[in-house]
Amino acid sequence: MPPLGHYLVLSAILFAIGSAGVFIRRNVITILLSIEIMLNAVNLSFVAFGRAWGTADGQIIVFFVMTVAAAEAAVGLAIVISLFRQRESLNPDMFTALKW
Amino acid sequence: MASFYLLGTIAVVASLLVIAQRNPIYSVLLLIASFGALSGLYVLLEAPFAAVIQIIVYAGAIMVLFLFVVMLLNAPHEETEHDLRLHPLVRHGPMGFGVVLALILVVELALALAGSRPDRFGSAAATSVRSIGRALFTDYAFPFEATSVLILVAMVGAVVLARREPR
Repeated sequence: MPPLGHYLVLSAILFAIGSAGVFIRRNVITILLSIEIMLNAVNLSFVAFGRAWGTADGQIIVFFVMTVAAAEAAVGLAIVISLFRQRESLNPDMFTALKW
Repeated sequence: MASFYLLGTIAVVASLLVIAQRNPIYSVLLLIASFGALSGLYVLLEAPFAAVIQIIVYAGAIMVLFLFVVMLLNAPHEETEHDLRLHPLVRHGPMGFGVVLALILVVELALALAGSRPDRFGSAAATSVRSIGRALFTDYAFPFEATSVLILVAMVGAVVLARREPR
């Protein structure tokens, strides 16, 4: 079985991929997907730490993270639909106005 | 050990392809593959509950929601030429800077982990769903109820936000 550090490095790589996606992509939906990648990277390290300490707490935190991710996806996608109705675009640079 | 590297490679490659795809539908489907690999990693970590809800909640519910919205909006491709003229920040320089920042993050995390002692896992038994449920309704009762309120608020918020304005 690989040691804890392997899981943490994998989690770090996945988190960096997610953050790179937020930086380089110009599509609101892909940015939301990148945020999901980051949330999953953190989940992996939670489960690995929970396994290392022999408690169920890691999995319980993962449960809460998934609940918050579901709420975030629902509200975020509703905002995306509303924005697409206004501007006919998914590019975040189209949504720079604070008020119109 | 081999299954860890296999599943980890699948997760990393699928996640890289998610942010490399132009078509969001492919991105969503590849992200489901990445979540499947992560679910296998949870099985390796003897966390069956996390593995199952990873598949049911993430791949089954959240990703279907994403797929539904992608198909509803029907705007699969990014208009690259238009974007380049649109905003001064959308140049290759800032994008490359973002990639460099992500690589620095990987290097810093790897250095921080290299300094720590190699931590072997103990011989703990797999945490059962029974113990997780017991902890959820005793030690974590207040956060559990708080998330139920959060879900309710998110549901109402999604309905209100996506509603078509009466003109």
